[in-house]
Amino acid sequence: MKNVIFEIKENFKLANGVYKMLLSGDASDITAPGQFVNVRIDGLYLRRPVSVCDRDGDLLTLIYKVVGSGTEAMSKMKKGEKLDLLTGLGNGYGTGVSGDAPLLLGGGVGVPPLYLLAKTLIEEGKKVSVILGFNKKDEIFYENEFKDLGCFVTVTTVDGSYGRKGFVTDALPDNYSYYYACGPLPMLKAVYKACKTGGQLSFEERMGCGFGACMGCSCKTVTGYKRICKDGPVLYKEEILWEK
Amino acid sequence: MGKMSVSLCGIGLDNPVIPASGTFGYGLEFAEIYDINVLGTFSFKGTTKEPRFGNPTPRIAECASGMLNAVGLQNPGVHHVIERELPALKKVFHKKVMANVSGSCIEDYVYVSELLDREDQVGWLEINISCPNVKAGGMGFGTSCESAAAVTKAVKAAVKKPVIMKLSPNVTDIAAIAKACEDAGADGICVINTLLGMRIDLRTGRPVIANVTGGVSGPCVFPVALRAVYQVRAAVKIPVVGCGGVSSAADVLEMMYAGASAVEVGAANLTDPYACKKIIEDLPGVMYKYGIKNLSDINGSK
Repeated sequence: MKNVIFEIKENFKLANGVYKMLLSGDASDITAPGQFVNVRIDGLYLRRPVSVCDRDGDLLTLIYKVVGSGTEAMSKMKKGEKLDLLTGLGNGYGTGVSGDAPLLLGGGVGVPPLYLLAKTLIEEGKKVSVILGFNKKDEIFYENEFKDLGCFVTVTTVDGSYGRKGFVTDALPDNYSYYYACGPLPMLKAVYKACKTGGQLSFEERMGCGFGACMGCSCKTVTGYKRICKDGPVLYKEEILWEK
Repeated sequence: MGKMSVSLCGIGLDNPVIPASGTFGYGLEFAEIYDINVLGTFSFKGTTKEPRFGNPTPRIAECASGMLNAVGLQNPGVHHVIERELPALKKVFHKKVMANVSGSCIEDYVYVSELLDREDQVGWLEINISCPNVKAGGMGFGTSCESAAAVTKAVKAAVKKPVIMKLSPNVTDIAAIAKACEDAGADGICVINTLLGMRIDLRTGRPVIANVTGGVSGPCVFPVALRAVYQVRAAVKIPVVGCGGVSSAADVLEMMYAGASAVEVGAANLTDPYACKKIIEDLPGVMYKYGIKNLSDINGSK
């Protein structure tokens, strides 16, 4: 973990309610896909955890959905403004166990962390398939970015306004070696049920600190109590206990 | 003796800054990012007899200049703390630590206190009779003079180290409860724990926190905490530890003018993990600004 002041290079609307922010600063503590940063916002007491979409040297990409006052304030920030981040939070996805043809499943703003994951897996020489699930056409983002990485991409929409109608679990391929998922809790549950290979799922929870001190985001797992922020957000399929 | 040094129940502190229980774990997360030996000491996570998971999530909410939590005393239990956490802490922290103790009955308070009292690294026992987030015990013991005195008396009879009673602000007369603890043998008083509050999510019309209510902390409670320190200081002769909303070196000084011998910093650690380190670094400058040569000149230790 490191506390770093980043400079905003770009901040723009990517899809309905979804924004992309490109930041410049010391991103060296981001060492695995699936990690997150905790963003300080003027006038709000708690930081806002946002998953890392991409890291390239000193450049950090965040994609976030406007859901409340914090993300709304972020969406109005301009190029050149400074942003106070705690970086390098969370465990991130482990890529060593993926096999040669992993499947990535993202729902809504669960999609962004899969980008750096896909990039990493492809650099490791793996054949990556991605299923991106959205509610409707105007919420879709990053379909082409995943294609440009060399992924085989399927898009699903709940209302059928684009791509395949239904949920990500309605578009599962026959063969894949392993899966990685990030998205809302009902999606994670459905993926957990539908996918039979080993897998890793990234969870979301309201956090206090984001670095393991306050016990605000604890969950029960097969291997004991875990903090989503520090011991997660990524849990291995085998350790998950569904409580909610 | 440095100009920032103070004394708490007969034990010297290099400075009065103490991360508050529940915001600093057992120290290890913070030891990864700075040398925690710069602290006066710290109060570790509220520890109970048995391991506790705590309350369901969400446990956290936000408010203007503060936050709410309903963690519910999640901790690995006193045996794990003694076998695992304290040995790990010893490697990175070379001062006495404050052991925060909680329980759901007097026997549990005594059990945990007795075990932690025997640990070399424990300097003080801070007895939490003020947690608003647990159903049995916790704040229930801290809201009447009789029960607060009963816990104090029982723990005091079982231990040798100084006992600091951490009190709840959710009472009519906090000074009377402090006095009852003093009369029962307490060596110090810590005020305040969190204030009971709640938030509602307008998208659902339901409370944000699964436990419905939670404890409010952060800068928004600072004036309430300062008032409590002032009232308790006037009512007792034993040292008072100020706690509640402290987030700057200036806040530390205010607390000490109000009568605190040492000052705990809570929620600030969660929004800025370097908060205590920065406060300690800022203290000499703020002391100079207000013409304070030695912190011990202003503190209310008697």
